[in-house]
Amino acid sequence: MMKPVFMTYTKKDLINLAVCMVLSVLVIPTFITTEYWYTSILIPWLCLALATIGQQIVMGYTGQLALGAAGFMAAGAFAMFNLILRVPDLGFVGSLIVSGLIAAAFGILFGLPSLKVRGIYLMVATLASQFFIIWMIDKFGWFKNYDSSGIITAQDIVILGKPFTTPLAMYFVCLAVTTVLTLLAMNMARGSTGRNWMAVRDMDIAAESMGVSLLRTKVQAFAISAFYCGVAGALFAFCYLKSLEPVAFDIKLSFKILFMCILGGLGTINGAFIGAAFILLFPVLLNAIGNNVFHGAIDATIISSIEQVIFGGLMIIFMIYEPLGMAKLWENIKQKFKTKFPTMNVKNLTSSIGKKS
Amino acid sequence: MVEELLFFMEVLVGGLLAGTMYSLVALGFVLIFKASATFNFSQGAMVFFSVLAFVGFMQDFNIPFVLAFILAALLMVVVGLCTERFVLRPLMNASEDTVLMATIGLGYVLEGLAQAAWGVEVRRLDLGIGDFPVPWIADNLKLFISALDITAGVVAAIMIIGLFLLFKYTKIGLGLRAVADDAGAASSIGIPLKHIMLLVWSAAGVVALVAGCMWGARAGVQFALVDLALKALPVLIIGGFSSIPGAIIGGLIIGAVEKVLEVYIGPFFGGAIEGWAPYVLAIFFLLYRPEGLFGEKIIRRV
Repeated sequence: MMKPVFMTYTKKDLINLAVCMVLSVLVIPTFITTEYWYTSILIPWLCLALATIGQQIVMGYTGQLALGAAGFMAAGAFAMFNLILRVPDLGFVGSLIVSGLIAAAFGILFGLPSLKVRGIYLMVATLASQFFIIWMIDKFGWFKNYDSSGIITAQDIVILGKPFTTPLAMYFVCLAVTTVLTLLAMNMARGSTGRNWMAVRDMDIAAESMGVSLLRTKVQAFAISAFYCGVAGALFAFCYLKSLEPVAFDIKLSFKILFMCILGGLGTINGAFIGAAFILLFPVLLNAIGNNVFHGAIDATIISSIEQVIFGGLMIIFMIYEPLGMAKLWENIKQKFKTKFPTMNVKNLTSSIGKKS
Repeated sequence: MVEELLFFMEVLVGGLLAGTMYSLVALGFVLIFKASATFNFSQGAMVFFSVLAFVGFMQDFNIPFVLAFILAALLMVVVGLCTERFVLRPLMNASEDTVLMATIGLGYVLEGLAQAAWGVEVRRLDLGIGDFPVPWIADNLKLFISALDITAGVVAAIMIIGLFLLFKYTKIGLGLRAVADDAGAASSIGIPLKHIMLLVWSAAGVVALVAGCMWGARAGVQFALVDLALKALPVLIIGGFSSIPGAIIGGLIIGAVEKVLEVYIGPFFGGAIEGWAPYVLAIFFLLYRPEGLFGEKIIRRV
């Protein structure tokens, strides 16, 4: 049976994409008018989700335990600052791409140990990148344009002569970049690139004996991952923080992204978005409960400690019961509904068969 | 020339002694890794948790020093018990990486609990040992070495010898080694896996408490201890994950190298290279000797 297929995407995928696009481009800007939602939730969500996709590529798809996402984000952010400052002809989009490439260069450098070691050994090696990059930016004044205050204001975003300074405009910038890179990541993940990654993840020796080059695959994964983190870091600094300081990209942010990646679901792209949303929204929810239910009777520091306990506890619970995270949980719920109403399912089933052949 | 040499010696000895502090943290890692082949990422959090509880008992409840120490040690046994029951047992057959991530979660839980219970401000811990040069050594050898560093060195030495004897010559130690070698086979010949795990985690907890006391007396009891404890990771890579002497030697190497580099090379780069130098050193070790100085050769089966 012929299926309407576009570039191996099924109708279902295209509908999903269309729904997401309509939601993010039309529905959200019409219904959400408070700036708070854009500046404190939607923009950081998109930026961190992008960084989490980077972490997914190296950890979820290629199976390399890395813990230096924030370092690459810092590299991207400061590269962006310097490019706009020193090479203004490049423009915003050009600078964004080049700063991603600079972060990717760091990714290659610090990804090299992955050829020799894995697991916690690799984690320590990637920690080196985290500490080294932050130190480098902090110690060499050139990166900060010899600014002594320690915090630099990010330049305004100007694309093709038009300034993008309102929260809504910045949201659209983040949305556009995230959408393009997410589609790209999905394509890579389902293509031969992604299959190589997953082969290396599942059994690197077997993959090698089947002709997958470990050197190429691992270095490629680290480079692409760092590219995503670099772009995400640049957006994070320019659209969310609106300032640049190395402290914002410390090891805590790396752990946060690691949590987003694992809780969201290893080896899934939508897991990155779910995980980032959860880690960002949960503290907001907890604070709201603290303010409205207990009327501020609980100290804010205690609330943030409780939040940490819950994140840690969830991590343990997910590792025990569902190591594939929330994305898998979501999949399971969908599956339950499908088996409950089998008549609704016929169309989806055939389309998924069509996809596999 | 003599003065330069003396200065170098001072830096070196200071570094070596500071390194024993890393060793103390690394020791907790090694204990757990030896007995269960688990990388316990929460060791740093355990250091923070235990010493904060210890200081909390002393300052908030006015419990005397020794009793507070015993209470904190008992608390760490409870933590070990809970960890064994709620984290390790359900993950018995899970992959290494899964357990590692669960211990990262455990670290978060411990950090959060400690801060929720005892607050987030920096607390001072006074062990009665000053962090200043010992006059006798300063007069006779012309070296300025902190009394706290010397104490840390002595404590580390005692703990190493104790643990070494425990592993080598007691029945418990034999059981520990058997479990580390092959948990399934060990339990089939009647070694109580549960008790061994509990014992090891409790011991690691007490080691964490001692390490925490040393660090806390120097830098204050605060959240930064968790990040300091991360430096135990390069120590482990250099020394090997499963070797108690390795943890010590690794700590000494890291301590000495980072101090010497900081003093002699640091000024050219604006200082503070201590932050990353241990990790870069660890990378070089990984490239040439991934199993560490004393570790067992890493063999992977297909």
